[in-house]
Amino acid sequence: MKLLIKNGRVVDPSSGLDKTIDVLIDKGKIAAIKPNIRASGAKIIDASRLVVAPGFIDMHVHLREPGQEEKETLSTGALAAARGGFTSIACMPNTEPVNDNRGVTEYILSEAKKNAVVNIFPVASITRRQLGEELTDMADLNDAGAVAFSDDGFPVQNAQVMRRALEYSKILSTIIIDHCEDKNLSAEGVMHEGYHSYLFGLKGIPSSSEEVMVSRDIILAQRADSPVHIAHLSTKGATELVRDAKRKKVKITAEVTPHHLFLTDSSLENYDTSYKVNPPLRSKEDAQALIRAVKDGIIDAIATDHAPHTVDDKSVEFDKAPFGINGLETAVSLCLDRLVNAKVISLHKFIKMISFNPALILGLENKGRIQVGADADLTLLNLRQEIVVDINTFKSKGRNNPFHGWKLKGAPQMTIVGGKVVYSSSPSRSSQ
Amino acid sequence: MAFKHKHLLGIQDLTASEITTILDTAESFYEISTREVKKVPTLRGKTIINLFFEPSTRTRSSFELAAKRLSADIVNFNSNASSTSKGETFKDTILNLEAMNPDAIIIRHPCAGATHYAATFSRSNIINAGDGAHEHPTQALLDAFTIRQQKKNFKDLKIIIVGDILHSRVARSNIFLLGKMGARVTLVGPPPLLPREFEKFGVNLDFNLDRAIEGADIVMMLRIQLERQAKNFFPSIREYRNIYALTAKRFRRAKKNAIIMHPGPINRGVELSADIADSAKSVILKQVENGIAVRMAVFYLLLGGKDREAFD
Repeated sequence: MKLLIKNGRVVDPSSGLDKTIDVLIDKGKIAAIKPNIRASGAKIIDASRLVVAPGFIDMHVHLREPGQEEKETLSTGALAAARGGFTSIACMPNTEPVNDNRGVTEYILSEAKKNAVVNIFPVASITRRQLGEELTDMADLNDAGAVAFSDDGFPVQNAQVMRRALEYSKILSTIIIDHCEDKNLSAEGVMHEGYHSYLFGLKGIPSSSEEVMVSRDIILAQRADSPVHIAHLSTKGATELVRDAKRKKVKITAEVTPHHLFLTDSSLENYDTSYKVNPPLRSKEDAQALIRAVKDGIIDAIATDHAPHTVDDKSVEFDKAPFGINGLETAVSLCLDRLVNAKVISLHKFIKMISFNPALILGLENKGRIQVGADADLTLLNLRQEIVVDINTFKSKGRNNPFHGWKLKGAPQMTIVGGKVVYSSSPSRSSQ
Repeated sequence: MAFKHKHLLGIQDLTASEITTILDTAESFYEISTREVKKVPTLRGKTIINLFFEPSTRTRSSFELAAKRLSADIVNFNSNASSTSKGETFKDTILNLEAMNPDAIIIRHPCAGATHYAATFSRSNIINAGDGAHEHPTQALLDAFTIRQQKKNFKDLKIIIVGDILHSRVARSNIFLLGKMGARVTLVGPPPLLPREFEKFGVNLDFNLDRAIEGADIVMMLRIQLERQAKNFFPSIREYRNIYALTAKRFRRAKKNAIIMHPGPINRGVELSADIADSAKSVILKQVENGIAVRMAVFYLLLGGKDREAFD
């Protein structure tokens, strides 16, 4: 089945392309990128006034399957991703059981193949059961399909273990992703430590808990000459550490979430648990530093850290609520509104951060670019569409999203995975 | 007079004039507790629930007596005895109690913001009897009542609050209240229990008690929780006592007519030496007495006692 996307503004950071042109898709691959393509029998999508971008890649999501299917499944997470404009997502290993062996990785991939409308790339754990002690069989997991390794919410505390993981991963086509948190410093904290935590009487998670670990990882990665990716950067100090490390040519990349860019710790005044997330929403100064780091190219990728929870999970006292924001269905509109339409960064740069760079970091060779022969994963955007975030319309099982009610300009219009339309906000745009 | 709040969640929500209203109202209730028959019919027919998720004797009894002296019906629920220990959520507990149609629910809870959360879904008047390390508004109000009783007004009083500021809801509520009323507050404690961001609340910080107590009108001591040393907030009780305990010798540096306050329960020989705890300068038991009048005032203002003459 051929698909012809006509008259869209095609923006491809990999080649620098930015013009109104047609894209022909055949057999799940991009077959041609030319003006005025005619293809008999192709289904035509009118993309006039839309942006045609390489499919967006969220390199940090939690899909909860196996084990916590009441929160999310591979199927519902994928539907949420498609609605949010993502064609590929990388899922973290903190499932039950932990994705620390080939069996779990294969299970995720086979279930995803059956039930998920977007590409799912498993991230396996660095250590067995995410206990921070013994390395997983990383080569075997990598061979089974794990694209990266991370102990995410239970980060490796022992520097020797992290050192060995960074060294060992050199023989693999993979990368270590670290959720940087010194658990002794964060202790029982539930929000950013600072003026607002003292005001609200909530236990704080100091910036130092992130910065100490980012420093450690930079030192270890430099010594091992091995790449490391810092998940969800949240503090000003950490962005400065990454900036310095990049200057010293350390192989370091970093991601940021929309909530750390657009929300701050003062939002917790009503003890609304939908704002409870780890790393916590930081101060205004931190958020401003993160935006500056996005502009300066210090931060490579935008990722959601999509962390769905049930309404019951979050309907408790703030201290007792689980951490996590459900982000897949709001990330793109937030970034289009606050970054692109607000002229903080160019559209080109945004697409680079949410598609091309994540593909590069995860080593997904045929993704993140609109080139002949590449996978036909595309995200179509309407930069002018105005939306109001409504958690009740989410495809995700989770409703834990603090942007409910926000009016945003710019939204994903259509999501195409392997040449197949998996989401469209206006079905009328396509015709035979 | 009309009091526009439905709940009493924290001092942060009150203006100076609302605080004065509560204190003035408490003034008029104070005398009831000294009568032969300590009861007026003001809140007859009202039902109040005392819901405590943390152990407490003083605060719970004070609320209970205040309600009874206004002829309200009050029921006590303690979390260890109730269904919370069977796994019921906080929200379900409140909703179940609400099904019994109370007028007000007093809540003490170890989690900051628990009462604010309850107020988002509850029909009743919620009264915060202490939420985690956040606020304990009636304690600050009874402290204010006591200060006013002793010092007439707040303007330019030098008040020092000494101890575990970081974990203290009493300190927070007092910082907010005393600031609104125009007093000059200095917080004193070891640096790990006294983060510098507290300065943004409009108070001074001092790690040195001997210096801070100089010329103080009021020395408010906080209970030091003995388990804090396990987390290295300070090395030992012995060392804490040497540096931060209020002793007769230290107290001599304060103003001649200075008074000593403590929200209780006190650790004798830890933050207060025995000679100080029992000295004539201590108003600690006055605070306890005043708690009843202040809580009667809070009930009256929130539950809308219709007719002042009922007790005048």
